[in-house]
Order: sequence, then C-alpha cells, then structure tokens
Amino acid sequence: MSDFPARTDVVVIGAGIVGNCLVGHLSRLGWTDIVQVDKGPLPNPGGSTGHASNFIFPVDHGKEIATLTLESQRQYEELGVQVSPGGIEVARTEERMEELRRRMTSAKAWGVEAELLTPAQVKELVPYIEEDVILGGFHSPTTSVVDSLRAGTLLRDEARDAGHLQVFPNTEVLDVETEPVDHGLPRVTAVVTDRGRIEADHVVVACGVWSPRIAEMAGATIPLTPAVHQMADVGPIEILQETGTEIAFPIVRDMDTFMYERQAAGSMEVGSYAHRPIFHHPDEIPSNDEAALTPTEMPFTMEDFDDQLEDALELMPSILETAEIRYAINGLLSLTPDGGPLLGETVEVANLWSAAAVWIKEGPGVGQLLAEWMTHGHPHLADPHGTDIARFYDHERSERHVLERCAEHFNKTYGIVHPREQWATDRDMNVSPFHPREVDHGAVFFDARGWERPQWYEGNADLVDRHHVEDREVEWDRRWWSPIINAEHLHLREKVAMVDLTAFQQFDVSGPGVVDYVETMFVNKCDQPVGSSIYTPVLAPNGGFRSDLTVLRLADDTFRIITGAFDGARDAHWFRKHLPRDGSVTFTDVTSATCTIGVWGPDAPALVGKVCEADLSAEAFPYASVQQTRIEGIPVTMFRISYVGDTGWEITTATEHGLRLWDTLAAAGEEFDVRPVGIGVYGTTGRLEKGYRLMGAELESEYTPVEAGLARRKVKAHDFIGKEPYLAAREEDPVAILCTLTMDDHVDAQGRTRYPTGGSEPILTLDGDRIVDARGRVSIVTSAGSGPSVGAYLLMAYLPPEHAVNGTKLQVMYMNELFPVTVAEAGSTPLFDPDNTRLKG
Amino acid sequence: MIVVFVETTAGDDGDVLAGPSRQALTLARSLDDDVVAVAVDDGEVDLDEVAEDAGRYGAVQLHGAWHDLLDRYGPESWAAALDGLVEELAPGVVLAAGTERGGEVLAHVAARRDLPLVANVTHAEADDAGWRLQRVRWGGSLFEHTRLEAERVLLTVQPHAVDAVEVVDPAAAELVEHDVELDDVVARTRVVEEVVTSTGVSLATAPVVVGGGRGVGSAEGFADLERLAGLLGGAVGCSRVATNNGWRPHRDQVGQTGTAIAPTIYIACGISGAIQHWAGAKSAKHVLAINTDAEANMVARADWAVVGDLHQVVPALVAAIEAR
Amino acid sequence: MRVLACIKRVPIPGAKIPLTDDGTAVDDERLGHTVSPHEECAVEEAVRLVEAHGGTSTVLTVGPPDAEEQLRAAVSTGVDQAVLVPTDGADWDPQRTAAAVVAAIGELEQADGPFDLVLFGNESADAGGFQVGIRVAVALGRPMVQGIKEVEVDGDTVRVSRPTGTTSEVYELPLPACLGVREGLNLPRYPTMRGRLVSRKATIAEVTVDGPAGGQSLVALESPPEQEVETEVLGSGPEAIERVISVLEDLKVLT
Repeated sequence: MSDFPARTDVVVIGAGIVGNCLVGHLSRLGWTDIVQVDKGPLPNPGGSTGHASNFIFPVDHGKEIATLTLESQRQYEELGVQVSPGGIEVARTEERMEELRRRMTSAKAWGVEAELLTPAQVKELVPYIEEDVILGGFHSPTTSVVDSLRAGTLLRDEARDAGHLQVFPNTEVLDVETEPVDHGLPRVTAVVTDRGRIEADHVVVACGVWSPRIAEMAGATIPLTPAVHQMADVGPIEILQETGTEIAFPIVRDMDTFMYERQAAGSMEVGSYAHRPIFHHPDEIPSNDEAALTPTEMPFTMEDFDDQLEDALELMPSILETAEIRYAINGLLSLTPDGGPLLGETVEVANLWSAAAVWIKEGPGVGQLLAEWMTHGHPHLADPHGTDIARFYDHERSERHVLERCAEHFNKTYGIVHPREQWATDRDMNVSPFHPREVDHGAVFFDARGWERPQWYEGNADLVDRHHVEDREVEWDRRWWSPIINAEHLHLREKVAMVDLTAFQQFDVSGPGVVDYVETMFVNKCDQPVGSSIYTPVLAPNGGFRSDLTVLRLADDTFRIITGAFDGARDAHWFRKHLPRDGSVTFTDVTSATCTIGVWGPDAPALVGKVCEADLSAEAFPYASVQQTRIEGIPVTMFRISYVGDTGWEITTATEHGLRLWDTLAAAGEEFDVRPVGIGVYGTTGRLEKGYRLMGAELESEYTPVEAGLARRKVKAHDFIGKEPYLAAREEDPVAILCTLTMDDHVDAQGRTRYPTGGSEPILTLDGDRIVDARGRVSIVTSAGSGPSVGAYLLMAYLPPEHAVNGTKLQVMYMNELFPVTVAEAGSTPLFDPDNTRLKG
Repeated sequence: MIVVFVETTAGDDGDVLAGPSRQALTLARSLDDDVVAVAVDDGEVDLDEVAEDAGRYGAVQLHGAWHDLLDRYGPESWAAALDGLVEELAPGVVLAAGTERGGEVLAHVAARRDLPLVANVTHAEADDAGWRLQRVRWGGSLFEHTRLEAERVLLTVQPHAVDAVEVVDPAAAELVEHDVELDDVVARTRVVEEVVTSTGVSLATAPVVVGGGRGVGSAEGFADLERLAGLLGGAVGCSRVATNNGWRPHRDQVGQTGTAIAPTIYIACGISGAIQHWAGAKSAKHVLAINTDAEANMVARADWAVVGDLHQVVPALVAAIEAR
Repeated sequence: MRVLACIKRVPIPGAKIPLTDDGTAVDDERLGHTVSPHEECAVEEAVRLVEAHGGTSTVLTVGPPDAEEQLRAAVSTGVDQAVLVPTDGADWDPQRTAAAVVAAIGELEQADGPFDLVLFGNESADAGGFQVGIRVAVALGRPMVQGIKEVEVDGDTVRVSRPTGTTSEVYELPLPACLGVREGLNLPRYPTMRGRLVSRKATIAEVTVDGPAGGQSLVALESPPEQEVETEVLGSGPEAIERVISVLEDLKVLT
C-alpha cells in the first residue's frame, strides 16, 4: 500500500456502492487526484452495500428516481454485473390491483416493459406461488439482480488504473477540518484519519448509515437514520437448487405484506419492510471489530419477523414450510425524513458533499449525477430538486423530525402512496399568525416542508351547493382533495377571497454590490425603479431551470426575493453560496418576520380600498408594482400581482401584526362575502387556468425558459448564470413546448368518471405510442387539476412541436386506461382571461 | 504443598510428562517450593522415567496410583484415585493441566468434594484474603480476574499460557507408589476400546499445521494442502467454514470449539481469521498467511504473508519443496 | 426415552468483545445471542435420539428471562419441551449453576419420570468452566464422560466415543447417564419456518430453584493486550515461494 498522501483534490469517504460509483465517475469526468478511504476492509467494508439484496425493480412513480434507476441498470449492464430474472409485484387486494395498474402507467411513462398477469400467469412464472392468495401481478421482465460489490471494485479499479485514484481501506476518519471564510460559509480543508491528515479541496461523505456522524465532525448535518430491514435466507429449496444458478425465477414482491422473496442460489431470501420501525443511532453501530458479522448486519430479532413468516408461508407454502432459516439479519439501511436520497453540497460547509441514503438501484446513476454536479456546478443526468440535501430546512434536520418521519414512512416502503399524500407526524412546526382564524374556519392543512397551509376550508362547504360543484366518483381521485376547492375557486372568481401566503420564503439582499449580484443570479433585468417587481427564471449553469421566482426592488440597494416553500431552502443555499466574497451584499432571510395575505377577486379593490390608505386605482397602483402603505394603521407592503388570475394584492406585514391584518380585511370584506380560500385554488385551479408554471413540476433543469414559454423578447446585457446556454437555446427551434391540454372524456371502462392526479401520467399518440422529443425527453403530465371557470379538466405537459399545436388530439394514460385529450394551448397564453383584463383590474 | 496431577506420554528417550503437565509444574513451582506430582500407573508407563522428568520440572515427589481398574483411562476411576491421594497428602492446592483428561479428572474431584474449581488459569497468586487468579474466557479472547476462597484450591492451567521451564540442577523426583482403593462403580466410565482414527500426525501436537478456510473452496481443494502438510511432517486443519460446508471432518477444525493447536508454524491458507478460529490457533509460535486479501485479519496476525491465490501459491510451494 | 439437553444463553461477539463500563461483564446490549456450538449439537442429538427411539426431548437453561429466545430456538428445531430456571440476571458460578440444574432435574423427573440421558455442551462458550455437567452427574450419581463426538443408544447402554488426536476412545455407559458433547457430534439442523411458528406458541415451563454460591467471585474482565505483529509480506503469488522456503528452513520444519 502506498504512503498516505498529504494533499489531494477530493477525499471520498466510503467505499460502498455510492463512494465507488462516485470515484469512477469523477475519474471519467477528468478528476485526476482522488483519495478514497473507508474504515472497513475491501471489497466489503461492512456497510449496507455488503448485505444488500441487490435487486432492481425499474418502475418508480417519480421521474427523478426512475431516471436514476434506469441509468443505473444501464451502467450495471455495461459493467457486466447484471442478470435479469424479471420481477413480479403481486396483489392480494383490489386496492393493490389498482396500484399495479398505476404501476403499468408509470412503466409506460418511462418506457419500461411491463404487463399485468392473472394469478394463473403468475404461477406459470413462479410455480411455487399459491395463486389463490393473490389477485394478480405486475410483471417487469427487466427487473434485475446486480453484483454491487463487484461493480464497486470495477469502478475503483478503472479510476486506479487511470492513475486518478488512491484507495485506503481500514482507514478511520477521526476529524473533518474546516476553515472560516470571510463573508461566506466555512470551507472544508482536510480529513484527519488514523493513517494521517490529508488536505483536500473537496470532501464527499458517502458513508451510508455513518454519514451523520462524519458530517457532524465538520459541523454539517446529514438528516438520516440507520434503520433495520429484516432479511432471512431460508433453504435449501429443491426447485431453486435445480436451477443451478444464482437466480432463475422472478423476484416476487408481496406488496400487501411489505415483503419480498428472492431466489439466492438454492435458497430463498425473504425480506420485510413490515416490522415495526427499528432505528439505531449511528454511534450505536458496532465497529468492524466488535460486529459478529459486519457492522450493518445487526442481530436478528426473530420476534419482529414472526408475523412476516406467516405471510410468507401463506404465499409459498410448498417450498417454505420445511425451509430452514439459515442466515437472518437486521440489516441496516439509511432512511431520510422524506424518503429521498441526500445528495449535493451541504448547506453548512462549502465543498463538503453528501452522497448518502442511496439504494443499490440508484448507485451508479447517483455516482454520475454527483460527479457532474461537482464538476459542472449542476448535474445533467436529472434535476436534483428531490434529492438535493439543501432541500431540508433547519427544522427538518432535527433527530426528532428524522425519527418521526422515518417511522411514518418505513412501512410505506411497499405502500400505496398517493401523489398528494400528507404526513401525519411532526406537524404544526411552522404556522402563520393567521393559524387560529384558519382553524376556526375549518382549514384542512397540507404540509409544505414543515409549513402548514390551508388546502381548503370545511367552513366553505356551503359554497359547494351554491356553485353546483360535483364530487369525484372514485375514492383515489378524491383522496386528499375536496370539491370545496373548486367552489372556493368559483367564489374567488365571482367575489373576493383571502389566501394565506405566509409559507413563501422571503429573502432580502442588500448592499453596494447588490445590483451586480441580482443581475448575475437572475435572467431578467432587475435594475428597475424602486417599487418594481420582476418575475424571473433562475437558471442552472446548463441553462435549465434552477428556480423561478419574483424579485421586488424595495430600495436602491435592497431587493426582496420571494420564492416557494418547497424550494425555499434550496434557493437560500444557492443565493448564499453565490454571495460576493467582498461582503458587498448581505443576505437576510426575513421569512419569519413577515406574513402575507393574498386578496383577490372582482371585489378585491373595493374591499382593500375600504381600509387602505393608498390610492388603489390602476393608474396610481399599476399591475406588478409595489408600495409601502398602511391598512388601518398597520404598516404593509402591497404588491399588485396575482397567481390566480383575478385582480388584487399580496399584502405583507410584520408577523406581529398578522392577526390584526387578517381580522381587519375579514371585517372589511364581510359585505362582499369574502372567504379565506386554500392553496388548492392558489396552487392548482387558479394557476392552471392561467397557465402559470410551477417549479418542480413544469420547471426543472431539463427544460429551458424557451421550452417553458418563459423567454422574454430581449436578453439583458449583464452576464448571468446560464446565459450562454440560454442564448444558444433561443437560437434553436425548441424541441419541446409546454402545453395546456384539456381532458375530453373522463369515463373509464367501468363507466366511472376519472380525474388524473398529475403523477407523471404519460401523454400518448392516438396510436397509444409514447411521445419522446428530439432530446429523448418523454411527454408526461406535469400538473393536473380542475379548471372550474373554463369548464375543463386541465393537464400540463411538454410536447414536441409536431404535437404542440392547438387542437391536436392525443391521449393520456391513467391507471392503465387511455383517455382522450386535446391540446388547448401550446404555449403560455392562459385559457382563462387570455388577455389578462381581469388580472390587471 | 501443591499436588500436580500429571499426564504422561512416550518420548524419544522413554516416558516423560506431557507438555501441558510440565507447564502446570512450572506454574506450581512459582507458588510453592513443595511441589508433588501425582500420576496414574496404568501398568504400561515407566514411572521411574517419569519421575526423572518430573524432577526436571521441580517435583520433589512423584506419587503413582495403582489399581487394576486404572489400566485404562476412565474419568471416574482416575478421579477417585487422585481424590484418594489428595486426601492422604492434604495439599492446599491441586493443579492439573487444562487438557481433556486433566480438566475432566479435576472436575470430578471437585464435584466429589463440592470444592470450587477454576479452569484454565494463566496466573495465580495468594494473599491474606485468598487467591487472585487470572483465567481465560471465550477461548482466550478475554481474561477474567477472579478471587477464590476455598479450603482446598483446585485449578487447571491453561495449556501454552506458561512456558515450561526446567529447574537448575534437577534431581529425579522421589517415586512413591500407592495401591489405591476404588469402588467398583467407577468401572462404568472406563474406556472399553481405543480405535485408531488417523495414521497421520495429531493436529493438537503437530509441529506444522496447514490450515484451509473459505478460500479453499471445496473438499478437493484440500488435496494440495494435504501434500504440503505431508512434505512438512504436519497435519491439515481447517476453519469452521470448511467443516460446515462438509469439505473436512470436524476433527480437523481448529478453533474455540475445535482443536487448539500449538505448532512451530501455522500456514493459514484462505482463512479470513475469525476470532473463534484464532482462539484455537493463537498458540502457534509462528503464522504464515496465504490470502488474496492483504487486509484479512489472518494476514494482520501473521508473521509472514503471501498475498495471492492459494490455488497457485500452494502447488508452487509443493513443487518447489519436491524439487529440492 | 427421555433426553434432556442443557444449554446456556451467550452473546455472539465479533473479533473484539465489548465490556461494560465497570469491566465486570460483556456488554451484550448490541450483540445477538445464541448457545455454544457444543450445545447446539446436544440439542440436535436429543431431537435425533427421540426421533430414533421415541420419547420426549427437553431443553433446559439456567439464565435470565431473555434466555427464552434460546429455548424457543431449540423448540423450533424439534425439541418437545422447554424449561427455564430463571436467575437474577447475574452469571452464576459453576457450583451454583450445577446445584440449580440438579434441583430442576429433580423436579422434572418427579413429575415425568427420569431422564435416560442428560446432555451438556463440553464447556460454555463464554465462561468455559468445563465442570457443570460433571458436577450434575456426580450429584445425581450417574456416569459422565466429556468430549463426546459419537453417541449410540443400545438398550440400557449408550456407546460413545471421544477423539484424542489420532485415536478415538470408546466408552459404554449404563443408562441413565450424562454426557458432555462436542461440536462435530452431528450437524445441527436450522429451525424451519414452520418450526419457528410452532415454537412461537410453545409454553416455556419455569422451575424456580437455586443453589448456594461457590467460592469463586469474578473481579473483572479484561481484553488481552493486542499483539502488535509486524507482518512481513513475502511477496505476491508464486513469486514468493523462494522466501517461504527460507522461512521454513529457518524454523527447521524443512530440512
């Protein structure tokens, strides 16, 4: 072994699937001085990779994970460490059958081969299954089994053979050193190990279940918990032995019991996600020396497995009855509060990267994604908004939150998770000052990364009859939904409504260098007169969307950035990271100091006019302008803008005045029958009718402002992040155009009226073919919802130009059925009030 | 007085004490000058020769126990004989080597008298409050410090924990023969037959042990190890993986629950070095590890290592030795 | 026939055995538990003997309530009855343990008749006292041989053998008898899935007995000092042969 070096470009801590894939991809992207350490031996250092079941079911409902999974399968195949016995998810309940139909839809979206099987067909492929127990199965023939340890060895060897990598197993990290940076985040400088200290420009924490402990050495948080996944190897089983191979029969996922049965040579590996959540603190995991097996193969707790044994016996009695339990572990894996991986630069320490909470199925893709991110400043493989570790607010990083949320979703590993699914635990963390009034009016709260936002108000139930709104027929379609939303929408359009917008994140940037700073960060020209507002894309270096938001010029040297709750933490990190090092701009998060009410509707000017000191006429207070004024003495910032399509203001005041502001507006609005309405109107129905785009849905780094229809006619002179690719995109004809579609017929084969939930349903041609644009991007539904005022159910999707023509007839697949749709608007012109007369008042 | 129950063996120059008994005598000498050995006279052993060897390791007397029922080993008969002599000699301490027979006989003596017995002691000293002992647990992976209060102290000595040291100017121990009385019932646990199971070298006493583990891969894979052991006058051992996979009989297993070995050199081939295996191998004077993994525990514990595939290294070594 | 196997719950440590802060016990909080391989063979032999000769197999342990796990594991491999002699949680010394086992056997035999064979592991995995079985046998007045790797019951006698290096000693004991058995006696079966479900519902009998403490008292446990060995790598692959041979010559095992 070579001497431990004193300096390197990057230290990768961890030689599990992620660390290994990362060093391989860094080497491929031109990093020539990489050092990898692991406290355990090679090739199995004793982390979760070493005991992984190593199978990959390619179908996921989410785009980001599906992309990473499919790319990982491709790379495993390229490495020659993959076999594809196929896999079958079996259903024991009708509800699960419906979920399998949803799986078929996602398979179609991502172009993965799949079919639904009858119990008899399942038995043909899996002769030892008890077909009476199941109602059917979802068969994906490309379900594969990989050798993750071998893949890691190959990638390490590749980087080592290129002369780019030195690997040090049995090397324990004792400290991660940082140094303060003037006007910036502290920066990582060195890693101290029991072999010596090494200085590094970048450090990557790819330590799986130990990641929180290593990150903490540098003062950073990686919010995950080690959790037990029980697994027992049972055998010998004759029919499996006879195959004479590692795996010949399809892997069976017994979805309703949260279990799987996977052939492992002559025996069966039975795994479970059904037992009680069992968490261990990273400090409690035994060392390699102390562990009886490996550190992450904890002692099996049989009593937690007994019920699962019965379930497994019920499904495969003929082979499992007499099978012996030969090896059984409480295997540790990493769980995160929202179930997603933790990738990217930590928010606390510059150049300290997290590559944690990654499953075998995503490993190579994640390695590539992170290597791209470290190399180019932003990944190309997939938009990382669901995996970026910066997505967590501070209040989401506590051990308590991690444990509560992980306990809640552990048993949903094989669960049926609705696209609008809400968390039950650790709620009421962030509430607005209006919260008591909202509760009084029967608010149904949805969680936005800890922020409680009324989605609708049961107190508005009377509006349903008034506006003749119909409920949805199928429970799945109306789950986490209410017809009250549509009624609230119509009330707003007819009269006036108040919307709590406090969850929006508000950042003030100010100082002598602020103009230069905002011009660099944002696409559209921000150097406008005080009182102006600028709606603008924020681009990633590749010219794709990093965010979209609104900037207000509050003073010569102060701008306020207003961005959504879901991406607020990521955006804050992005803005902080890019602050000039000379201290000429300061960043202040004023979210907690402020609260905001949107007042919109035809009667909004009359209502606000009763209590506001300012002249609200369109001439004195034009659309998109900002004024500081008072409402019955309360100091407010009023911003004439609307995301719902009717005129009005976003009225912001200090938190302590919030309740008074609410009560004042409510009292003034009594004569207009003002109603508080929920985010269901704001975020879905009102927005879709106006064709407004949403970050994380329509907007992501795969797509450019040109494709999203958000490019302005002119490009400002000032340089900004992503400018060059943005200019290039403007020169080309777009290969995809964001369109709004209407659903022409809602009736399914059983005669039921269906409403797609907007969970990445594929848009298909009339022949039922997938639609893929010239860059290989598939057309899927990015948002879906009612348009009560336009009398249609609306879908948004990017379509290639040949389909992006108003009036084009296409189909949407939902729950494995096809429904006709029509392109209503290819571009950004709203379906409701196309010339914005109502909007501008 | 300390009584040491000794076992005998046939040496190159006549009957001598077994190695662990010599070690037990050496420990006894460190506790008391008055060390007396007790051996069973099975009618075959030449106790005069043994007395000479016992003297070399510090015994002033060798008491031989004789009875018709002692001609073949039996835990109850041998224990009854020792028990009788201990009663007669009335020592404060009785020691035996922590061998199969030593431990078994002394445990029977302890049970007969309901005296405490401390097994596998590595260090002993007495003070006013009684005895302070160090013994091994977990096959040697842990030391236990323990106190003992007893009217008579019964200890077995952990084999290979104490180096056997001869006295300066040795004199043969005085041989004292005893006809002991035994109850007929003790005959029920006498050996009725002795079957030769292996013509080779005994694993426990082999000067060279060639061990094979997971890396050997199959029963056939041990053929090269057999040849190497044969060339070196040694025995083949194995790890638990090899017995569990049915590649070797259990009697070849080296480890905490298998055989403890103490060869001049242990050549460990494709053995990762789990603690339970090491517990049986730690008394080897030298270790040579042959392993593909330079980071394996066995390599870390070895004096010498060859990094490589045993299926290439061992045949090459065999060929090189045969070519000499 | 009636066969009793006596077992002891012990932790499953790795290469380094963790100790409690006061150093008087193994810190087994994060460790799994089992019985020694010898005792697994004792349990297996009990099941096989009953399968071959009919009768009842029983497993008994003196230990903490958690030892129920090991009793159920035995039941899941086919043992008929399980008996727990609860301790106060502390590790009892060999005399006290043996006295409790003798008392428990007395009660069990009074209820259901004598055991033809009482099987022990040769020694426990943790304490390794090499004596509890012998003490029980002597107290019961039954014959006992340690180190057994073959058992054959024939009418009123049991023929057993124990290996001694290159030979095997054969004994013939009259029943009832006690044996200390060694790993290798048989290849213990693993619990089947069905067996586990059966054991889950099995009743664990409790016999509360105790004996007086012996004269031995544990002061502390200690990990042996790490032997720092400087490993000399002789080479990679067959190229190292020459140096291997010179090592063997220096040690005089090759002349």
